[in-house]
Amino acid sequence: MTLPTSSSGNPANRRFVLLCLAIGVLSIAAPFAFPAIVKQLSIFWVMVIVAYTWDTMGGQLGYNSFGNIVFFGAGLYMSAIVQIAPFTNMRAYTAAGEQGEALALSMGQYLGGLAPGLVAAALTGFVLAVVFGFIILSLRGHYFAIGTLALGIFLAQIFANWEFVGAGSGITMPEFPGQGRASDQNKSILFYFLCFGLASATIVALRWLYSTRFGLAINAIRDDEDKAEAMGITTTRYKVVAWSVSGFFLGVCGALYGNIVRFVDPEETAFDGPGLGVWMVLMAVLGGKGSLWGPLIGAVLFHLTKELLWTYLLGFQNIVLGILVVVIVVFFPEGIMGWVRSRWPHMFGESVDLSRQAEASK
Amino acid sequence: MIENIQLLAQNPVGLLNLIIDGIMIGAIFALIAYGMALVWGVMNIINLSQGEYVIFGGFLAFYVSTSWELQIGAIGLSISWPGIHALWALLLAPLVLYLIGWLFYRVVIFRIVNRDMFTSILATFGISILLQQFMNGVFTADDVVARHDMGTWLAWRTDVGELAIERVRMVALVFALIVGGVLSVYLKHTRDGQAIRAVAQNARAAELMGIDADRVYARTYALNAALCGAAGVLIAMTLTIHAFTGLIYTVRSFMIVIIAGLGNVTGVIVAGIGLGAGEKVAEVVIGTSYQVAFVTGLLLAVLLYRGIRLAMQRKYLA
Repeated sequence: MTLPTSSSGNPANRRFVLLCLAIGVLSIAAPFAFPAIVKQLSIFWVMVIVAYTWDTMGGQLGYNSFGNIVFFGAGLYMSAIVQIAPFTNMRAYTAAGEQGEALALSMGQYLGGLAPGLVAAALTGFVLAVVFGFIILSLRGHYFAIGTLALGIFLAQIFANWEFVGAGSGITMPEFPGQGRASDQNKSILFYFLCFGLASATIVALRWLYSTRFGLAINAIRDDEDKAEAMGITTTRYKVVAWSVSGFFLGVCGALYGNIVRFVDPEETAFDGPGLGVWMVLMAVLGGKGSLWGPLIGAVLFHLTKELLWTYLLGFQNIVLGILVVVIVVFFPEGIMGWVRSRWPHMFGESVDLSRQAEASK
Repeated sequence: MIENIQLLAQNPVGLLNLIIDGIMIGAIFALIAYGMALVWGVMNIINLSQGEYVIFGGFLAFYVSTSWELQIGAIGLSISWPGIHALWALLLAPLVLYLIGWLFYRVVIFRIVNRDMFTSILATFGISILLQQFMNGVFTADDVVARHDMGTWLAWRTDVGELAIERVRMVALVFALIVGGVLSVYLKHTRDGQAIRAVAQNARAAELMGIDADRVYARTYALNAALCGAAGVLIAMTLTIHAFTGLIYTVRSFMIVIIAGLGNVTGVIVAGIGLGAGEKVAEVVIGTSYQVAFVTGLLLAVLLYRGIRLAMQRKYLA
């Protein structure tokens, strides 16, 4: 007996829309229901975005990048420059470092800096991905993985030596105008919705992209790049486009993250390869590489675990995170969606020929 | 930068001194890279925790050479250590690291030997994070040097400058050469070494000939960790170490291995000392703060050169 392929056309779309609505309502209500942890919730959406953009490369294209953090950090620094440089002497401001006062702006100036900052960050991520893409995407497999790891360290070092953006002592983002708890809350809510909006945009855009010819092409490259090329797919162009889509969203995401945490250290905030750079891989792997909902599930689980570890294991949390990396990769490489898929294949429109299976087991 | 080059050009003896220093450090890099090539060749695993084993050995050397006291109030235990010469750590570190490597093999690595490269890279990267954080929390979060008081040897004094070589670097060079030599003899001429090479050639055939591949893998991985431990002692005596500086040694050894190719001992030595000398000169020309950027940038350049060359020969990279 062959099970009917259930998820063709409308039902799947309806299910997707319903699921999105449910998640959307929950997410919009969340900051008002839990006002004390709005900042953590926004960082959760940052995690979602980095996991999705990593999955575009690692899961869909099959290029396991350890260097996606580059676009995150570059976007962050670009928005810092755009938000600070027009209002004060950048050199003097960064030279003062952590001891100096954070830049105080009026609301108009703040928002007037933030908006172009985000746009500039997006463009930076995009352009960098195109440039690095043409150079580095010619590497394959583990050479690509370690090449991108080196790229991340390289850029972190360049920024850690660049006096204009504060070098190793970092840079403080402008202060959100206003004082007191109400203003803090306003800032948190503003950035929560910016992060949530960006995450939704990322998921919708990627879902659309995966459903087009582009999605088929990058999956073909993942499965066998040489064959894909022989079939007439311009592999380099598709790879660069995939990376620049990642870079675009990561750039904005970095800019938002910088404004949320306020103090930017080149190696620990912006280009945190051993931290965020690995977490994004971990979340996508935990949820299930190459699936639409995998990165979201992975991000939820990972963020929850991480926050709990931070609360209860003070001092040992990073050791436990290292153990977590090993355990997930070694024991759970297919991730949650991979497990669900092998358990209930018909949910993914895969038909299982039960009669043959029964024959084989006889 | 240009002034620095001019300065070097005016002082050829100083330049020579730099290059000799670099060659001696490079011999240690070659030792670490040799271990990485061994694990890569035999087990098909790129061990990203290489640098952390090095730093672990370095910390052992530090704790052997300084005096310390440990008091655990709960069980009334009190230990005090007088601090002996750091070179004694060359006996201790390989032993301890051999055990650590064996332990990691038995717990983690044996599960990933036959899996894809991505899994092994990520899993060993996880081990590297784990060890970094462990050393940062348990040992110390400071920069440390293993004290040795071995002084320098004034080799040559001229009108334009002098050639002074730290004795410890000479010891490091000699030791690195001895260990490398012993290891290649071990691999070529002993039964155990031949078993390792047989498994590297074809694990399945070797198992049919009665070799326990799992034990060979365990021995190879532990041997690599021990090698890194010994190299770490020498590193801690000549340079500064910190819990988080391990990754750069991994990057260096990866670079040396891909320049030299797997199973090419001479190539590893030449690439290692070349890298050491190049880094030392670059350190003066572009400044010490760009050292890590230089090493990673060089790795990117090497990877790209390799990619372009293979593409011109119409060879695929995978």
